Amino acid sequence: MSFLKVEDLYLYYRTRMGTLQAVDGVSFSMKKAESLALIGESGCGKSSLAKCLMRLLPRNVELFKGHIYLDGLDLMELNDEEFRKTIRWQRISMVPQAALNSLNPVVKVGEQVAEPLLIHKSVDKKEALEKVRELFSLVGIPQAFMDRYPFELSGGMRQRVIIAMALIMNPEIVILDEPTSALDVLIQASIMNMLKRIKRESNLTFILITHDVSISSELADKVAVMYGGQIVELNDAESFYKSPLHPYSQKLMASVPSLREDKQPEYIPGAPVSLINPPKGCRFADRCPFRIEECSEEPPLVSLKDGNYVRCWLYAR
Amino acid sequence: MTEDRILLSLRDLRKWYSIRKGIFGKTVYVKALDGVSFDLRRGEAISLVGESGCGKTTLGRTILGLEEPTSGKIIFDGREIVNSDKKLMKWYRRQTGFVQQDPFGALPPFMTVKRILEEPMIINKVDKRERRERIYKALTEVRLTPVEDFLNKYPHMLSGGQQQRVVIARAMILNPKLIIADEPVSMLDASVRIEILTLLKKLQKLHDISIIYITHDLSTTRYFSEWIFVMYAGKIVEKAPVKELLKNPLHPYSKALLAAIPDPDARNRFIIRELPPGEPPSLIDPPKGCRFHPRCVHKIKGLCDEKEPPEIEYERDHLVSCWLYARER
Repeated sequence: MSFLKVEDLYLYYRTRMGTLQAVDGVSFSMKKAESLALIGESGCGKSSLAKCLMRLLPRNVELFKGHIYLDGLDLMELNDEEFRKTIRWQRISMVPQAALNSLNPVVKVGEQVAEPLLIHKSVDKKEALEKVRELFSLVGIPQAFMDRYPFELSGGMRQRVIIAMALIMNPEIVILDEPTSALDVLIQASIMNMLKRIKRESNLTFILITHDVSISSELADKVAVMYGGQIVELNDAESFYKSPLHPYSQKLMASVPSLREDKQPEYIPGAPVSLINPPKGCRFADRCPFRIEECSEEPPLVSLKDGNYVRCWLYAR
Repeated sequence: MTEDRILLSLRDLRKWYSIRKGIFGKTVYVKALDGVSFDLRRGEAISLVGESGCGKTTLGRTILGLEEPTSGKIIFDGREIVNSDKKLMKWYRRQTGFVQQDPFGALPPFMTVKRILEEPMIINKVDKRERRERIYKALTEVRLTPVEDFLNKYPHMLSGGQQQRVVIARAMILNPKLIIADEPVSMLDASVRIEILTLLKKLQKLHDISIIYITHDLSTTRYFSEWIFVMYAGKIVEKAPVKELLKNPLHPYSKALLAAIPDPDARNRFIIRELPPGEPPSLIDPPKGCRFHPRCVHKIKGLCDEKEPPEIEYERDHLVSCWLYARER
């Protein structure tokens, strides 16, 4: 039984140039305590998909439909008020992208993290701060930092504070949108270490959004590759990192410069497909080295084991 | 390798920024660069690797003459650059090109691509016909073709990768001998990064240019430079040919940097990486002795925390500033 199941999800934006199809028929499912990495280039719809799950939508939404089942409950049936009160931050929370400077500069970080507890749960301040203290030791922030202001903290420490904020309401699913992209390699590695420990010790379900294939392998049990608003491949980490199936996944993998192997990284020729009036058929066809005649038609979802799939004509025989 | 292949030499270069603490407080210094020396040969590329705040950007800016060094020497093509006269400085600026991190911020938004590329040539009094020729040549070389499609575009009409190509074309337009590229691809998508770096490498070979490639990303260095220099807290701690450093890093800090970078592998998720504790030191009051000693697992008490390590030639061309490799302590 899947814990999170997304079915035929669509999110279109209205823009001056026309309808932008940011999320276009996305389906995937996850088990509890499983981690999914969502990878792809900028503008492929990864962050928009996260916005759907959190229902943090901008004003210019043209179409938002599909099903998001959380433990059997269809979240799309809830109205905004119900969603706000019971789901957002309480069951599904998020570490937004580039959030390092989004902390309130005039509130001590310990109190900032405690705030949602004081508002949503009937706990007193002492209890709330106690919970924050526990959380700080979990994410690796020294206790003394409770009373500090954001400007007194390094980038790595501020990112840990933001991760603590996402965890404070005991959510079941945490979406991490590029959690380490602005950080130095050693700090990046220590944050990934911390996330791995949390993953090992709790049964949190993580969705990691990143454009960095190497970083994705630090957490992912399962990988979803997005291109042009669609998931083109959903696969287990073991199979994916060894031999990705979709031509786009293969190209993405070949573009990763390796530290340890002597292989020349390649780039993907051409530019990502526009999400406004995308071409009919396979969206990667224009850049694909294996293009065949069928590719001008919408490619089928070819099933692999465990509900995984690849969206490509090459495997459709 | 003969001496005349050397294009740029730095000798004990220091850049200290003064800051005053409190109204009556005494002046203290941020020692962003503290004794950097190296030689760069013609047609070769150095990757300067280190974390934010280690002084790598300051080093780039000081070499370009955008910052006045506190002390030390910069010798370019046999000529002393620090404190030189205006005429020599103007010549020097023509010999160097700069590619910044944020291409959009580097391009004036109100100028067309043509105008952006023309500007340095107008300043340096290149005649009109030659200006036109050079613009065509430069845009073709950075593969913004057909050239006519791009000449009259403004920066905001281009993608990030295209903007960075314009920045590279501008850096190349006066036929410099040295290019300093400060994190040229960190704002770009992974697949575009490789494209831009491949382009830089090609231009380096084509025109026999030297490049200093400043980056925090060790994984891209392998294919785009001959040398890696690792910087920590204002000093270069290790210098080696790329493959040698990646295969056999000597300095504990270089080792840590390498170990922190994953290659895509499904097993990564089960591995907790070993990392040095703590964070880089303040450059106002850096630790005595070796600057890495408070975070180093191999530190030798009474030595590493007392005396600054010398630069030791471990092998030919592989230099490391670490007491662990000293024959005499």
